[in-house]
Amino acid sequence: MITELFSTTVLIGILASGIRLATPYLYAAIGETFSQKSGVLNLGVEGQMLLGCFAAFYVTFTTGSLWLGLLAAIAVGALMGLAMAFVTVNLRAQQGISGIGFYLFGLGMSDLLFQRLMGTVETVQGFPKIYIPGLSEIPGIGEIFFNQNILVYGAYLLVPLAWFVLNKTTLGLKIRAVGENPDAADSLGVNVARVRYFTIILGGILSGVAGASLSIALLNVFQQNMTSGLGFIAVALVYFGAWHPVGVLGGALLFSMVNSLQLWVQVLGIPIPSDIAVMMPYVLTILVLVATVSRVRAPSALTKPFERDE
Amino acid sequence: MTESNLLPSGQKRIDSLEMRGITKRFPGVLASDHVNFDVKSGEVHALLGENGAGKSTLMKILYGLYHPDEGTVLLNGEPVTISSPTDSINLGIGMIHQHFMLVPTLTVAENVALGLPSSRGALTDLDKVSNRILELAKIYGLKIDPDAYVWQLSVGQQQRVEIIKALYRGAALLILDEPTAVLTPQEVDELFVIMRQMVRDGHALIFISHKLHEVVEICNRVTVLRNGRTIGTRPTAETTKQALANWMVGREVGFAPDRGETKLGEVRLSLDNVQCGSDRGTPGLRGVSFDVCSGEILGFAGVSGNGQRELAESITGLRKVTSGKVYLEGQDITNMSPGDIMERMLSYIPEERMRDGMIKDFTVAENMILREHQKQPYSKNGFLNLRGIASHADELIQKFRVKTPSRETMAKNLSGGNIQKIVLAREISRNPRAILAAQPTRGLDIGATEYVREQLIEQRNKGAAVMLISEDLDEILALSDRIAVIYEGQIMDIITRENATPEKLGLLMAGVRSEDATPVVK
Repeated sequence: MITELFSTTVLIGILASGIRLATPYLYAAIGETFSQKSGVLNLGVEGQMLLGCFAAFYVTFTTGSLWLGLLAAIAVGALMGLAMAFVTVNLRAQQGISGIGFYLFGLGMSDLLFQRLMGTVETVQGFPKIYIPGLSEIPGIGEIFFNQNILVYGAYLLVPLAWFVLNKTTLGLKIRAVGENPDAADSLGVNVARVRYFTIILGGILSGVAGASLSIALLNVFQQNMTSGLGFIAVALVYFGAWHPVGVLGGALLFSMVNSLQLWVQVLGIPIPSDIAVMMPYVLTILVLVATVSRVRAPSALTKPFERDE
Repeated sequence: MTESNLLPSGQKRIDSLEMRGITKRFPGVLASDHVNFDVKSGEVHALLGENGAGKSTLMKILYGLYHPDEGTVLLNGEPVTISSPTDSINLGIGMIHQHFMLVPTLTVAENVALGLPSSRGALTDLDKVSNRILELAKIYGLKIDPDAYVWQLSVGQQQRVEIIKALYRGAALLILDEPTAVLTPQEVDELFVIMRQMVRDGHALIFISHKLHEVVEICNRVTVLRNGRTIGTRPTAETTKQALANWMVGREVGFAPDRGETKLGEVRLSLDNVQCGSDRGTPGLRGVSFDVCSGEILGFAGVSGNGQRELAESITGLRKVTSGKVYLEGQDITNMSPGDIMERMLSYIPEERMRDGMIKDFTVAENMILREHQKQPYSKNGFLNLRGIASHADELIQKFRVKTPSRETMAKNLSGGNIQKIVLAREISRNPRAILAAQPTRGLDIGATEYVREQLIEQRNKGAAVMLISEDLDEILALSDRIAVIYEGQIMDIITRENATPEKLGLLMAGVRSEDATPVVK
């Protein structure tokens, strides 16, 4: 039965769903890259995703509009980001702990709202696949890359866009400086608090979209705790990708491919215990982090609140 | 005469700047008490004072980082309000901070462009910035590569980036906060050349320092601050080093402690071709060998980051020695645990006294027994003997003249000088066979510095072998019997006190081996 894995159809299937499954990782991890580049560790990504996930699904379910659903996820993510920014920038709270707080809030709140407002698992019609004339018809390639929905395309477009903003714009320069030496940035008139507010809220918005991509584009349902650790893997991917959007893309693809593989292993009924198969992406997270930890250097000011007077 | 109003950078000059009656209160402290200060175009005005005299506070007010409670700032005779660094930059005031305000992971051009509007809107215009940097570099004779990353640059080059950064922003008046603290003597000379040219061109410079010979050498006028008050302003031509020192401290001070004769004894500590890594994974020490004898002070001169930290840590067991041997009184102590090494009566006064020398949130008494807390009379069978600890603390507080409200005061609430006295008391009162002192007077005021130096000399006279690692060349020259110069993890040379001059040491510190100096043989 193992040989079934290597048939062309199955390989294309694995790759296509791998490309698709990288979407939530990409949105969340690129957002996290921005906030970490500016010196803020946001461990609340998972919670932001869960709320985004629910908001998108519920609004879509009740109004029938996918775009309103997406907008709701963006708004919820931005609000969560705003709260996180206030806690870490103004109140200078310890970032790791407050991030876990935001995660638990998102976990509990999304479940509570789900119980109150819906109660049962429903489904919606998610974002449709977009057919690109010509490209979608290429055998194999078309199926893998050009037969996806708009949120998937958006996630991949985000990678070069993030690289461009970080490296070619004055805003990107400010973000990098604030994450490395906020005192220097401050002495040159850069508003450190404003830059961090921007990146944290942007991170929140992208986490919200990451959640929406699950509930109204990929799986098209909402269940309690449906992100199941995906947001934490996204944080790990930022370390894995060495705070570089392209590195993050590589990490996201690695994990989504492994995930896709294990899903297909189960679908094909290959005799590997499903518990072990499901574990694979998480085991990989730990192995990869152990292997990469000494190679990369985090932004110097990461997790350090900024205060002008020493 | 509009021509003469402009500086070579194309900016307008600041003819005069005056700070009048500046008062700044912090909770419980009067940091500035009606301070008056002024500087004119074409002069270097020194601001001199001990730590805590109010120099930094005054300059932070001028740069817009602090807001004064009282007083006015007049620019060319007109009152101005400076409420942020942006305001002061717009007025043509620039500041070279003591700890450089640079982002190491960015290039020179990116550091310069940071925070400025770009000619391309939201996109950076680094090519344009680079061209302007090269233009300014040419006018002011500052060699700089705009595309180099700041972490690749030497300290002297980083300082040039800071100067360029200020000039780029149109600085007509520059505040230089202890600019020579981290430079070699040659780099100091280079800086002074640049400063003289800037002054000739019509810039106004404020020079903050506590190195008196530099103040006398480079400055036109000097203002002395003490306890937040202006003591007075004088032309430097009418004063001397000694007069300035007395003026600054408010009493007679001695510069060179009386050293007495050198009575060399047996070899106490020796290193044989010691190598170790640095925190960055690069080689930290590359084969260091030397002997220190009973009754001498061996000074280690060098620019910061050339292996001093690694040297101290490999001797004290805090860093793994990868090859070579360390001997204390003939015993091999290489890679022993720090505890075992200290047990053999090596005392250590670490560079980061607040981090490695003591525990901030422990009391004075507790800090004094950190080293020997498991011994009688401080503890028995694992229980602390509070009475023994208290009497030991009282004794040391008195003997080492530690100014503290009580032995139960948290160490963090004491001044830097008194904190160093606690470390010194703990390390010296056990009559060590060898002492390793790293930057023992850094950041201390003149009084405390004097005291620490006297204690080191006294230990030497009592027969201890003393190693003194310092970036302050004056200190090395004043205390050492022999001077080893450390450069990129190697000992360039060891010269005797009689043969040492700042010039000779400076060249060695920059990695230049002079022809007449004898090579290191061991």
